[in-house]
Amino acid sequence: MIGNSSEAMALLSGADACLAFEDGRVFYGHAFGAWNPDQHPLDVNEGGDRHAFVQGEVVFNTSMAGYQEIATDPSYRGQMVVLTYPQIGNYGIQGEASESTCPWLTALIVRDLARAPNHWLMTEDLSHFLSEAGIPGIHGVDTRALTRHLRAHGTLRAVLGRLDGDQPTAEQVGRLVSLARAVPALSDQNLVADVSNPAGAYAPTERWVETVARYSSTRIAVIDCGIKHNIARSLTARGAETRFLSWTSGIDEVMATEAQGVIFSNGPGDPARMHQVAQLASQLLDREVPLLGICLGHQVLGLAAGGSTSRLGYGHHGGNHPVQDVTTGRVHITTQNHEFQVDRGSIPDSSGFGVSMVHLNDSSVEGLAHRSLPAFSVQFHPEGCPGPQDNQYIFERFLDMVDRPVSGWEALERSPASAAQADLSEPPHGLIQA
Amino acid sequence: MTPRPNKVLVIGSGPIVIGQAAEFDYAGTQACKALREEGIYTILVNSNPATIMTDADVADAVYIEPLVVDVIERIIARERPDGLLPTLGGQTGLNLAVELAEAGILDRYGTRLLGTPLSTLRQAEDRELFKNLLLSIGEPVPESAVAHTVEQAVIVARQIGYPVVIRPSFTLGGTGGGFGRTETELRATAGTGITLSPISQVLVERSLVGWKEVEYEVVRDGADNCVTVCNMENFDPMGVHTGDSIVVAPSQTLSDYEYQMLRSAAIKIIRALGVEGGCNIQFALDPASHQYFVIEVNPRVSRSSALASKATGYPIARVAAKIAVGLTLYEIPNAVTERTTAAFEPALDYVVVKIPRWPFDKFASGERTINTQMKSTGEVMAIDRSFEAALQKAVRSLEIGGRSLQWEDRSWAQAAAGSTALITGLIEEPNDLRLWAIAAASRRGMGTARIAKMSGIDEFFLSKIEDIVTMERELLSKPLTPALLYGAKRMGFSDEQIGTLSDKLPEQVRAQRADWNIRPTYKMVDTCAAEFAAVTPYFYSSYDTENEAEPLVGGGALVVGSGPIRIGQGIEFDYCSVHSALALREAQVNSIMVNSNPETVSTDFDLSSRLYFEPLDEESIRNILENESKTGSMDEAPPVILQFGGQTAINLAEPLYHSGARILGSGLRAIDLAEDRQLFEALLTKLGLSQPPGAAVRTVEEALPTADRIGYPVLVRPSYVLGGRAMEIVHSPADLVRYVTAATQLSLIHPVLIDKYLAGKEIEVDAVCDGERVLIPGVMAHVERAGVHSGDSMAVYPAMGLEPRDIQAVIDYTEKIGLGLGLQGIFNVQYVLFEGQLYVIEVNPRASRTVPFISKVTGVPLVTVATRVMLGESLADQGYPGGLWPTQNLVAVKAPVFSMAKLPRVDSYLGPEMKSTGEVMGIDRTYRPAMMKALIAASLMLPPQGALLFSVADADKTEAIPIIRAFAGLGYRLYATEGTAALIEALGVPVVMSTKKLDEGHPNVVDVINEGLVQGVVNTMVGPSARRDQFRDGFEIRRAATEKRIPCFTSLDTARVVAECLASGDGSYEVLPVTSYWSFDPRSVMSTPERS
Repeated sequence: MIGNSSEAMALLSGADACLAFEDGRVFYGHAFGAWNPDQHPLDVNEGGDRHAFVQGEVVFNTSMAGYQEIATDPSYRGQMVVLTYPQIGNYGIQGEASESTCPWLTALIVRDLARAPNHWLMTEDLSHFLSEAGIPGIHGVDTRALTRHLRAHGTLRAVLGRLDGDQPTAEQVGRLVSLARAVPALSDQNLVADVSNPAGAYAPTERWVETVARYSSTRIAVIDCGIKHNIARSLTARGAETRFLSWTSGIDEVMATEAQGVIFSNGPGDPARMHQVAQLASQLLDREVPLLGICLGHQVLGLAAGGSTSRLGYGHHGGNHPVQDVTTGRVHITTQNHEFQVDRGSIPDSSGFGVSMVHLNDSSVEGLAHRSLPAFSVQFHPEGCPGPQDNQYIFERFLDMVDRPVSGWEALERSPASAAQADLSEPPHGLIQA
Repeated sequence: MTPRPNKVLVIGSGPIVIGQAAEFDYAGTQACKALREEGIYTILVNSNPATIMTDADVADAVYIEPLVVDVIERIIARERPDGLLPTLGGQTGLNLAVELAEAGILDRYGTRLLGTPLSTLRQAEDRELFKNLLLSIGEPVPESAVAHTVEQAVIVARQIGYPVVIRPSFTLGGTGGGFGRTETELRATAGTGITLSPISQVLVERSLVGWKEVEYEVVRDGADNCVTVCNMENFDPMGVHTGDSIVVAPSQTLSDYEYQMLRSAAIKIIRALGVEGGCNIQFALDPASHQYFVIEVNPRVSRSSALASKATGYPIARVAAKIAVGLTLYEIPNAVTERTTAAFEPALDYVVVKIPRWPFDKFASGERTINTQMKSTGEVMAIDRSFEAALQKAVRSLEIGGRSLQWEDRSWAQAAAGSTALITGLIEEPNDLRLWAIAAASRRGMGTARIAKMSGIDEFFLSKIEDIVTMERELLSKPLTPALLYGAKRMGFSDEQIGTLSDKLPEQVRAQRADWNIRPTYKMVDTCAAEFAAVTPYFYSSYDTENEAEPLVGGGALVVGSGPIRIGQGIEFDYCSVHSALALREAQVNSIMVNSNPETVSTDFDLSSRLYFEPLDEESIRNILENESKTGSMDEAPPVILQFGGQTAINLAEPLYHSGARILGSGLRAIDLAEDRQLFEALLTKLGLSQPPGAAVRTVEEALPTADRIGYPVLVRPSYVLGGRAMEIVHSPADLVRYVTAATQLSLIHPVLIDKYLAGKEIEVDAVCDGERVLIPGVMAHVERAGVHSGDSMAVYPAMGLEPRDIQAVIDYTEKIGLGLGLQGIFNVQYVLFEGQLYVIEVNPRASRTVPFISKVTGVPLVTVATRVMLGESLADQGYPGGLWPTQNLVAVKAPVFSMAKLPRVDSYLGPEMKSTGEVMGIDRTYRPAMMKALIAASLMLPPQGALLFSVADADKTEAIPIIRAFAGLGYRLYATEGTAALIEALGVPVVMSTKKLDEGHPNVVDVINEGLVQGVVNTMVGPSARRDQFRDGFEIRRAATEKRIPCFTSLDTARVVAECLASGDGSYEVLPVTSYWSFDPRSVMSTPERS
């Protein structure tokens, strides 16, 4: 008897790679992408061991399209990503679809990898793209079983290792499991330092026309903690001038840009490590500089407001997350990618911040807004990519707030009717092709 | 915010026709349930009795009445609803709502349109308004303009740019349309189009053929929150109606940028339209740029929304109904997760493939080309974790004679060595065989680039078909190893396919799988890609590692559904499957439903304890049974119910029995007895019941003496029939030779049955037998004489004009048959009463298509009763007497409805081969109004005055005389063909025009119809064996009537009842909830269960 078990199926399909979790669960599949341990800067090659492996936490993303955007999102630094949609790589890799200069995730885990992708914009296939960046992948995995495992046990650490020989031996697998137990936690790593790259933050906007360049006299400083290109594009497309600054920048550097507003970008890792950036946010608040926090930037604002952060069980990663804007009652479908949250109830009233957005599924905090100062933040990704472009209005509200100082709360509070009107009169996402 | 309504009227979609099928029963039923949950008094009207929505307990008041303005107005006057929900009854419901509003009826009674504003309904219908609206919000629509001359067309084309498509105005199914890729081609096409258009007009439009076709299902609430439930991509590019396209969900070849670009446009459009509820938006996307156009918007639930609901688990109709009465998306709970709300977008972690089911297996002469006119009657859906597997499962689900993707037409292989012309021809022009032709081309080494060039299909999809073909080759050439077998199963190959390719029997492949423990796992459809723990009992199979469907605690029973809607197996069987599942639940038995049809109520995951969305073949059912068995063996598997899923389910009895499955109710022996000609004949003789003389033959040599012995005309048909497939009345030895030769070519296993054709009165009963008693809820008589397929006949309850002794004979026969065959459960018997003698024509050991009709008119819940009998509860236990149930003092008429207008070159002539796609019911206190309502609902009623064209075969002339006199007496002006005109004039009745034959100049018969001179046609013929020119003229007459959309009566019996209805009374009828017609409460007749 061969069996329906994971191991058995591994044998049946001639698996040559395996993902071993800290809790002993093992998934098998086929290697793709890069497996040369020298290629990846963070690869830990156990001297003498013939099995290359990579390590990290494993999270799942439920987006049905946009694998390239996910792979190149700097917020995935330190993580292996399982894509729950089973057919991946269908339309290859396309020049302008990357969200940063290179893929950042530690490994990609998929069910089926397209043998013959096809698209008029395709420049190469996904496996080749990852290979070039030194990133390994595994396909043929029962990704649904894996997702259910993560849902039940929370985000887990794992190592992805290459098998050789015909059968994985218990010893081999056991060694991988013990390696998984030694993988450093996200919170113990300074991941932002890896990905912050103000010089490479700007993205070309050829695909996007400047729909309403009415913010052409506005200069925005962006604190780059691992920014996605579409945040930059969303500003540029509206005519705003951008200055990208390192996450280590101090108040003087920021003020020297003479920007009228500051954005704290998304980025990887634990916000609790970001005290320096939170301090910068406090200083800017004190000076009443208009602020927008996105994702990690939102958590930073939460810390600056005196709140605390903590880990979600298995994070929010996908393009279908419903968020209710409590200032208008409207529900928005959002793109999300975060492990950490600002704790509900941790924001002192005295800070002036209130919870402006709530996740409809688990009531977690999705946004903060200041009642008197021009500052607000969103936990989700208003720039989408991948995911809905419905939330580009966040950039509009921010730029409006910069132009005509009102409080963060008031900036968001524009009535749903006028918002709908705006959505009709202007392209809703600013991403109309040329 | 407008006040919440208290009383809401829901309009159904009427009979099943091509383009409007069971999806609206699913939508309407869900909506009624959703409204009643909100405490709203719900009123439903539909003319289709075969639906779940017209069950008395679906709404607070259920009307089965014709869907015409007058009737709806009377319902509104009687019920005074303050809201009308028009978006759930397809185009029919929408059109009626617009008519009601425009006639001022809604205003008069203070009834508000819910969900979608009237202006939007108009905008979506009026091409020009729609175009302007979209342009005003910056959404692109394909450029077009009308032209009345070729020169105008050329000017328009220059403005738009080549290529263009030419659509003649007001021709059926776009007849005469075509392309203008160059000016020369345009001139030719436009010329033809202008000639063919009755108003000499063509639309010249930018051609988007070959572009990707993508649709989005969007939902918006009254607070302007929007979600897209699903996007779907057509495998077939633009040029094929989406209903006739193979569809994949979610889109496969769109990047996130493209996905979001179209999603944003869809949301913008639903906002501009102000739809509160569901909306379907179709786009054409250039495969080589980001340019797109909006092609179509349906501001209502649709076939696509039903597909999207089943594909995602997001119940669009339910949510739309809640929104229509004022709820916001976040106030509506998500029934799947039970902890999130409807304000989210489903994430799929599987691939869904839909394939249309076309009727060309029945209409071999029909035009198989697929274009912008939908021709399929139904569809199948399959789910798996890869496109390849979902596609192959969907193909198996089609149930076209066990055809897998490996099927090839004989002629393809027979073509001259190396010639692929036949195949490439099928690939270039869309048709029902294109998918198989693509696989065949791939098999012959044709690359995806070339196939893509010919078909416009994305190479991504073609590469997947190529992968399947590569696997075929491996299976053919390599020994079966565990890895190879596992790989093949993961790509959706059936055991049978693997067996064929690796030279094994399917059973050997199955045994090998068992040996290597290669079994399917079952995954849940949960709307959220496993992000949340879900409670949906909705599963599909996949060869993967983790199985999520543990056997149900406490076992249950498995109901095998009826698969795709096709002619001969329609929505009636879904009704039966649904009721069986409900009866199981009521009896505290877990119901496990298996079906492959996304349009239906049976595949609503809410309905059963567990739903498996799977092909209805032996392998899939056995896999499910084993999965539901604690030990994995058949001994512990739940029993199977096969009586309600039509011929699909009953055909599984034999293989399932031999695999060790337990079949509830009638055993295999009883089923065989009913279906095996010789065994059945012997039994009838033993029981002393008559049957038309006949025999089963296997060769022409056997057939000729048999027919000589019993005398012509004879009825010939293959054994094991479905919907009277290929049944014919044969009048001569020559025709018999032709028929038998053709039939034996098709199947050597099953013989051909030859019966004496008795032109008597057809009588039909449905009954339940528990082994001791037989319960007959009612006796139905057909209006059309024997020879017209029972599915195409009008049936009247109670049977009129029968002597009490005839009724008694029906009861006696039925009881003897039920008990004699040893049936347990439901069955159907068809009789012919000929010269005072009752003959048994056919016994079906399963539910028939009249079950919903008879259940609704008599009040006997036949399926429930039969299901309980199968569970071991006798009729006596249930309180039912044996014999004939007391007759309700009402009359109900079931009338067939056809979709001929959608099927070019198909003959509407009624015969032993079934052609109708749906049915309606007319019910009233007496015969005439009931018949009239049936005729109105079936669009068969003639206006009170007008003109008729008669063309009657010589053999029918005597019989036609009283009918001709009747119409003349009503003041009808008569047109007739030569011979018939002579007959009419001989009667002293004037004939307006004696028309010429088709090849004798003008005005001919067809001109008379085309020019609108007549409002109906009576045309009879002696069958396909008629003289060639007679047959051709008759065919053209019938097609012309079909295309002119006027009634064409090919049976004098139908024409007679129409004349009777016109002649009688003032044309008045009642409009009442269906149960108000009952003369007694069914419960009053039931005894206290005899069980103590």
